Amino acid sequence: MLPDMNPADVIGSYREVVLPLYGLPPRRVLLVDREVAYPDGRLIVSVTDLRGVITHCNSAFVEMSGYPQETLIGAEHSILRHPDMPAIAFKGLWDDVQAGKIWHGYVKNLRRDGAFYWVYATVIPNVRAGKVQGYTSVRRKPARLKVAEAARLYAQLLAGEGGK
Amino acid sequence: MSASMNGVTSEKYQLTVSPDFPAKRMSSWFIFNTWLQKALGMPIHLELYPDFDSQRAAISADKVDIIYANPYDAAMLVREKGFVSVARPAGKCDECIVAVAAGSGAQVVEDLKPICRVARTDDPGVNLVGMILLEPASLGHDNTQILTVESYPLVAKALMRGEAEVGFFLAEAFDELSSLVRHQLRPLVHSQISDFSHVLLLGSRLAERREEVTRVLLDMPAEAKGQDVLAELGFAAWERVTQEDTEFMIDLMDTLKA
Repeated sequence: MLPDMNPADVIGSYREVVLPLYGLPPRRVLLVDREVAYPDGRLIVSVTDLRGVITHCNSAFVEMSGYPQETLIGAEHSILRHPDMPAIAFKGLWDDVQAGKIWHGYVKNLRRDGAFYWVYATVIPNVRAGKVQGYTSVRRKPARLKVAEAARLYAQLLAGEGGK
Repeated sequence: MSASMNGVTSEKYQLTVSPDFPAKRMSSWFIFNTWLQKALGMPIHLELYPDFDSQRAAISADKVDIIYANPYDAAMLVREKGFVSVARPAGKCDECIVAVAAGSGAQVVEDLKPICRVARTDDPGVNLVGMILLEPASLGHDNTQILTVESYPLVAKALMRGEAEVGFFLAEAFDELSSLVRHQLRPLVHSQISDFSHVLLLGSRLAERREEVTRVLLDMPAEAKGQDVLAELGFAAWERVTQEDTEFMIDLMDTLKA
């Protein structure tokens, strides 16, 4: 279960949204209208178990998310879930990786301080001795043109889901 | 095929090194091979292939028993050829530099425009990461023009002559360019991935000696000769690599190839 975001962690004025999460209780998230630029040359890496619980994350993940590593390890990956991301995008991700396929997509992630950052993400199943034992996700710096396209598409999908 | 007596075999094994090593290290690998033969008490032939294609052909023909592999090839060696991981240089990671000529108008990657001419070697790992570093400029295989050259000094030359707008370098190779050449170039992006490194792998004929090979490599800094050999190779020690460490690196590489 993910704890609600803490107003003390948030920088600047924010708005509050209760975010429904698949398989988890809803989470109160605090949103600041500020984008943090993806750092040049870095890859954000994490590994999760089959349920999406983080088992490994690198220093770029820690820096960009704003959470300490000890908070991230053992937390559900949806700790980064931003309400501007439609549920159907993540359903597609899970459908693909659970079928043993690779998933790619542009993702808007939520930071601990309420700001956000965009990534181009790839998720692959980790196969050991013929069995999937978890998933590795690598995020890289996206092209702005693609981010703009994704933001428009996600807004349409959210409207279709009855979102904001 | 194997003629073993008291753990010492008369069979000759082949050691090879990923062709992306700096030219000035060529003699270092001969020195390392001499040391390794003595440490393991077995004959090993060092074969340095001039390019990735000829090395891959030798791997396909099962000629290679020990390889200092780049992370890209490690994926194929472990997953397809059953190689096992032994060790990697301690604290040394493979990074990529995307550079331009010093006088280029591009200050950040996003300043690069199609059709962008890219100078690079045939190093698959560096080329993969290099193309990823161009993605923020919406550059990919469909709107770049690739100029493949034989060495990193030739990548530098292509930039200085204006034959390419951007060049891909293994960071170690960029650092080893002469200062005269480096001053005529400017790094635009330096990858900070930290999870990729070359790795020493053993083929199936030596897999059962994995622990022994690992031990002699890890013990190198403890003796003067071992220290000298490491100094020649350009790092201070080897560190153990578990099979899972290598599998993880391969998973990362696979996400980038996908």
